[in-house]
Order: sequence, then structure tokens, then C-alpha cells
Amino acid sequence: MTAVLLLPLILPFLAPPLARRTLDRLAPATALWVLTASVLALAGACVAALGALVLTGLLKVPALAALGELVHPLRTPSDHLVLPAAAAATGVLTLSTWTLARSALRQTRAFRTARAQADHRPAAGDLCVVDSPHPDAYALPGRPHRIVVTTAMLRSLGPAEREALFAHERAHNQAGHHYFLAAAELAAHCHPALRTARATIRLAAERAADETAATTLGDRRLIATAIARAALAGQASPSTRPDIAPAATTGPVPQRVAALLAPPRRPRAARRAAFLLVVCAGLSVTAGTAGVVDVHYEVEIAQGENGP
Amino acid sequence: MTDAKDERRPAGELEAAVMAALWAAGVPLTAGQVQTELGSGLARTTVTTILTRLHEKGVVDRERQGRGYAYFPIQDAQGLTARRMHTELDRDIDRETVLARFVAQLSPDDEQLLRRLLEGDG
Repeated sequence: MTAVLLLPLILPFLAPPLARRTLDRLAPATALWVLTASVLALAGACVAALGALVLTGLLKVPALAALGELVHPLRTPSDHLVLPAAAAATGVLTLSTWTLARSALRQTRAFRTARAQADHRPAAGDLCVVDSPHPDAYALPGRPHRIVVTTAMLRSLGPAEREALFAHERAHNQAGHHYFLAAAELAAHCHPALRTARATIRLAAERAADETAATTLGDRRLIATAIARAALAGQASPSTRPDIAPAATTGPVPQRVAALLAPPRRPRAARRAAFLLVVCAGLSVTAGTAGVVDVHYEVEIAQGENGP
Repeated sequence: MTDAKDERRPAGELEAAVMAALWAAGVPLTAGQVQTELGSGLARTTVTTILTRLHEKGVVDRERQGRGYAYFPIQDAQGLTARRMHTELDRDIDRETVLARFVAQLSPDDEQLLRRLLEGDG
């Protein structure tokens, strides 16, 4: 029983390398979907497994077992194994909940501030200009969608590059990339290995927006120079944008520029990484579900509902 | 060289492009200057229409320049007031007297504020 619950805790460690390779092989928009769904499944299974371990540990305490109306002791592997595991799981879950709550609070506050700022300023179309000496640009989700750009950023780009930047930010808003980033953020707080996967998801969102903008404007080189210039201008200047609002210069910019300038690749048959990642997530969910069902069954037996 | 592709873009995107050009320039621009600055296939009449629409929305303000108008972005309420004060000052030939009278009529609080602003700049 405990063994099957350990699987969802171990499998996420395979996710970061598989996620990176998935992004290399698939079209960025497809990769973004596959990565986000897999990472969410891995995170969910991980939390379910931790929860089952905590519950098992709690029901080992006589007072709580009485409260849970257990008439027989819960059948588990050796207490020396289960109790430390339950204690560790409790610690990890508490820590995760704490960091998640703190991050959610900070993000919500940053988003509200940015939104209020954008709503107060006059907007031309979907553009909201902030008079600031720090070059910055980001897509602000919400109703209506906005592109927030500082005057310093506008002044450091040429007219065509400004259009490229706007096309990139519009692509973020139209594809709803903030949902993917929020999901990645959530998963990152569930398992340490998924933090690395979060970075890959951010890169996938940027690459997807780059590709959409390149298709819209019909000029890959223009998008490449625009994001390179925006990144150089925005370097080392503090940004006030919320983390789930995608900026033009998020992720490894040189890698994005290289991908745009490289000749478009034929979709290759070798999609093993993506397949493995999905299998990994499926396996994790199955193991997590099996573990939880098993714990539930054992509890019912201990409650004397159906005889062993 | 009117490019049909640019003419067919959604109005919101064109407004954003024109607005970005005005902000990037930092000085008031006429419709012709905006057209040159954008360097895209927009007809001058289209640019004029967009500028008029932005002006009606209260996003940009304009001042007389030659036979037409030059447009500039409105930052916020405070920025607009400052801009209007400048326009009034520019209208009068005897700028110095106007400014002297203006300062003479300042309330003590405003005088204090002005002093602080000047010291902060220096």
C-alpha cells in the first residue's frame, strides 16, 4: 500500500528533462498544452499521495482512530515505516500549502495593482502606456485584455519592432497564456521537481507567442530582433508586473531568438519525450488513485464495515 | 503606396500603433508626421481619422500647428493640466509678465510646493 503511494512522489523527478525535450520536439503551442496538463496531473497525484500518507498516520494515533470510528487497528506495513513517512508527508504538505498561499496572495495583490493602474489610464485600442523611465512590457489578462508598455520601452524600439512587440503580447492574451502560467505556478508548489518544469512552461508560452506573432506579421526575423532589443533595453530594470502576466522578455531570450532564426523544422516522428511525459503523468495518477482507493478500503475494513 | 493589409487591420490595433508612435516621439506630431513615423502602408486620411477618434476619446490632445493640428498623448489628469498651462503661456506674447503675475497670485502653500519641486530638481 505505501509502496504504491511513493510512486507519485518519485515520478515528478522525471518531468523536468522530459518537459525540456517535449518543448524541443513539438510545436510550442501543442507543447504548452501537453506540458501543462502533465504537470497538473503529476501535481494532483503527488498531493493525493501525500494526503493518503497523512491520513494513514493520523489513524494510527489511538485517539484519532476512535474519532474515526475504527473498531480494528488499521492494517499497514510496519509502524516504523508508516509513522515517519506520515510525519514527513505532513511537514511537506504544510510547507507547500504555506508557500502556495503566500504566493497566491502576492500574485493577486500584484495583479490587482496592475489592473487598477491600467484601468485608470486612457487606453488606445488595447494599449495602455505607462510613463516610466524603466523599459517594460507585458500582457495583462482580465476584461478587457490590455498590453501594458512603458514609454521607455516604446522609445527604445522602432515602429516595426513596436508592432512585433504588440503582436507578441496580443498572442499571449488571445491564447489565455496566463491560465497556463497560473497552473504551472500551482504545480510548482506541490513538488520541488515541478519548479524546473514551471520554467519550461514559461518558455513554452513565450515560444508559442513568438510563433503566433511571427505568423501574424509574416516576418520571423523582425520578431527575433524586436524581442532581442526589448530584452536588452529591459535588462536590469525592476518590473512591477505580476508573475502570471507574461512579459515580452521572459525566459531565456537568446534561446527564443535562435529558435526564431532557425529554419522552421518539420514536425518529426520522434515525439518520444512527449509520449513518455504523458505516460509518466498517467502512471502517477493511476498509482495515486490506486493508493488512495486502497487506503479508503483499509479504513472501511478497520471500521468493521466489511469483514477481511 | 497604400497597403491593403494595413488598412484592414482592426481599429483597436491601429489606434494602439498611432498612440505608440505619439508616445515614442515625445513631441506633438501632425497626421503626416505620424504616417511617416509609422512607415507602414496607412493612408494619411486613415491616420487623420484615427487621431480624431483618439482625440474624441480624450486619449490625446492637440494644438494648432500651421494649417492643421499636432497631436500629443495625455498622460493623466495632472499631466494634462500642466500641458494646458504651457499652452496658455505660449499663447501670450509677453511670456515673462504672464509668468510673473502667475507667481504673484500663488497661494503660500503653492509657493512652498514650487520651491520644494525646484530644490528637488536642482
